[in-house]
Amino acid sequence: MSSPIDQPIGRVLPAPEGHINADQLEQARKARRGFMGKALAMGAGAVAAGRAVAAPKGEDAILKLPTHTKGLGKPVAALGYGVPSQWEGNLQRRESPGLTRVSQASVSFCPLQGLFGIITPNGLHFERHHQGWWDIDPSQHRLMVNGLVKRQRVFTMDDLMRLPSVSRIHFIECGANSGPEWGNVALPTVQYTHGMISCAEFTGVLLSTLLEMCGIDKKKGKYILAEGADGSSMTRTIDIDRAMDDVIVAWGMNGEMLRPENGYPLRLVVPGVQGVSWVKYLRRIEVGDQRYGTKDETLHYVDLMPDGVHRQYTSIQECKSVITTPSGGQTLLDKGYYNISGLAWSGRGSIKRVDVSVDGGRNWRTARLETPVLSKAMTRFNIDWVWDGKPVVIESRAIDSTGYVQPTLNALRAVRGTRSIYHNNAIKSWRIGANGEVTNVQVNG
Amino acid sequence: MKSMNNKLVALVLASGLVAPLAWAAGGQPWHNIGRDATPDEVAAWDIDVRPDFKGLPAGSGTVARGAEVWEAQCALCHGVFGESNEVFAPIVGGTTAKDIETGRVANLLPAKQWPQRSTMMKLSTVSTLWDYINRAMPWNAPKSLSVDEVYAVTAYILNLAEVVPEDFTLSNQNIADVQKRLPNRNGMVAYEPLWDVNGKGDVQTVACMKDCVKEVKLVSVLPEHARDAHGNLAKQNRLIGPVRGADTTKPPPATLMVASAAATQVTMPSKKASADIKVLLSSQSCTACHGMKQKLVGPGFSQIADKYQGRSDAVAYLSAKIKAGGSGVWGAVPMPAQTQLSDADAKAMAEWIAAGAK
Repeated sequence: MSSPIDQPIGRVLPAPEGHINADQLEQARKARRGFMGKALAMGAGAVAAGRAVAAPKGEDAILKLPTHTKGLGKPVAALGYGVPSQWEGNLQRRESPGLTRVSQASVSFCPLQGLFGIITPNGLHFERHHQGWWDIDPSQHRLMVNGLVKRQRVFTMDDLMRLPSVSRIHFIECGANSGPEWGNVALPTVQYTHGMISCAEFTGVLLSTLLEMCGIDKKKGKYILAEGADGSSMTRTIDIDRAMDDVIVAWGMNGEMLRPENGYPLRLVVPGVQGVSWVKYLRRIEVGDQRYGTKDETLHYVDLMPDGVHRQYTSIQECKSVITTPSGGQTLLDKGYYNISGLAWSGRGSIKRVDVSVDGGRNWRTARLETPVLSKAMTRFNIDWVWDGKPVVIESRAIDSTGYVQPTLNALRAVRGTRSIYHNNAIKSWRIGANGEVTNVQVNG
Repeated sequence: MKSMNNKLVALVLASGLVAPLAWAAGGQPWHNIGRDATPDEVAAWDIDVRPDFKGLPAGSGTVARGAEVWEAQCALCHGVFGESNEVFAPIVGGTTAKDIETGRVANLLPAKQWPQRSTMMKLSTVSTLWDYINRAMPWNAPKSLSVDEVYAVTAYILNLAEVVPEDFTLSNQNIADVQKRLPNRNGMVAYEPLWDVNGKGDVQTVACMKDCVKEVKLVSVLPEHARDAHGNLAKQNRLIGPVRGADTTKPPPATLMVASAAATQVTMPSKKASADIKVLLSSQSCTACHGMKQKLVGPGFSQIADKYQGRSDAVAYLSAKIKAGGSGVWGAVPMPAQTQLSDADAKAMAEWIAAGAK
């Protein structure tokens, strides 16, 4: 079999403009659902492209048995660690051009436009580094617990992985996700508008277990400080109620160890709280009685309000959703039926309902939630829709278990202005043009 | 372990036992996994400094000494006067003597339309500045400054912002007084509704279902010139399924049929060798100082490629230069020698640059 790399793949459709004329296109279009229409379109395209002509009795894809049906495939363990199909190379983590100036203090966005379900593949999990990433020798990594505890303790990875563990699915979203959307539209796809979020099953020991082992001073201990082992030694204050509830000191991620880009061998998982608190390469937990005012809670991750005051410690990621298919930068291939699909999540609990509008927010229908629907995890929603070929604006709106309704961008702006950078959980609008192209827009609703 | 304890309590009650639980404090079977930290170990890692200055080590540094350290180790990225250059956002600027009086930075008000928020415009606790310089600076050699040098650099920044005079010596004795002069010390509020998981957010709306908007209008759209700003979106979407990525190298197609036909003809991207080179450049921290195209601290890779284009010994010359470092060719800022780099990696980089750095 010749190399498939340069061959177009996928469903059979007419070749591009110039390969067949407008009449042929129109003829093919009219007969679109009929077999002859397809054969004509395909035949015309194929001749132009110099490839095998479809037999009038049917498609080559069926009538001519391919090599993989008639030959011997590859053996087991040909790849000791499997990789995605060669056809899936378009879905990559990507930087947003011009967003940051140094790639060690930058972000790569998760390609939400091509993902299914709620679990993010580990290799596509979004990245945010403050001073570059490392692949740390786990045998030399240590976690220290100090401060307002009876026993200041040190744990090796061996120690930690012996302890009773939990495995839980949670989303992690950067506080700055959708930040550029506070202003006018500037980004083309959901990868760049919403791709600083991922969702994984994390495995580790509950932080409460460790703090109990160390004899936490429950009267005086009001906050913990989490600190990383990398160059930035990232620090963040976490509320003691969170620390004693569902925070995990995690080593596992979707069944394997954490990826180095995501904090191997140890990171904090702080469900519902913005990603910057999920300290990677976690080396230290300190129990204290005051907030720590760290760089990333004083100079960054603070929200500038219209009165010139910055809000500090705005950690919870409020309820949010976005349609991922169809979404910005995509092209619908035809009129007719589409499954509108997207993701919803809330840092305060689980998703109760998602509504979808296909008329720019005038009218809404309730979508189906796919299971599992978990607390502080992504939830997948789907809804049927038939496109009549006219321009439309599609939106989704999530409601969480507290009853909170995801707001419109204008409702958010009315309270917070347009300069707060962080914590934009607004309803997202995509416009589908008559030519099938989906583009990023904002509407007046 | 709440539920386990609850079950146990129930068991204890049911069985009429009144003896203390064997695994209450200190009794869990895993209780002794791990070991005690030594005082030296805690001292080595417990470096955080809180807003009340808990954790701040004794020491001092002058503005003048800070200027020396700054010019040698900080100015590369932050500019000589903290105004920043191409690499990082400004440290100082945008604050006034009036702000030092009020503790509120007037330029943060929307009407002022101040273009970029500097560190000093946001800084509400001086401990934050000290702590971060101490733990994370300089960028490429964190934790290499002495305690007194951290005081000195902090003093230098505060002097640039006119919070302290030029002859000032900052120390653990007087830092609390300096806090009282920070321009934005009163400009920060801990916002509890978004801290508390059970809090109620500040933007509450209702879920209208019918006729919610009278007339839907587009108020912002992606500008035409930004169509391809993030690369060809056709190559950022899956090649099968109900949709494709739009070919953004071309103007929007006129009709659905044309768009559909074009979108389904996109081919697989061929694997690029340069992807691996970029990983190498990043993993060796080359990209901390060199941009792909533009000058950061050092010249952009394409600029180097342009300079040596067509030179027959370019690969050999660049391989040697990458390893040896030096200054003079692109300006006075020296590139450190890269002794950790293997000859093979240096050659791979040189070949990639000589081939145009694409």
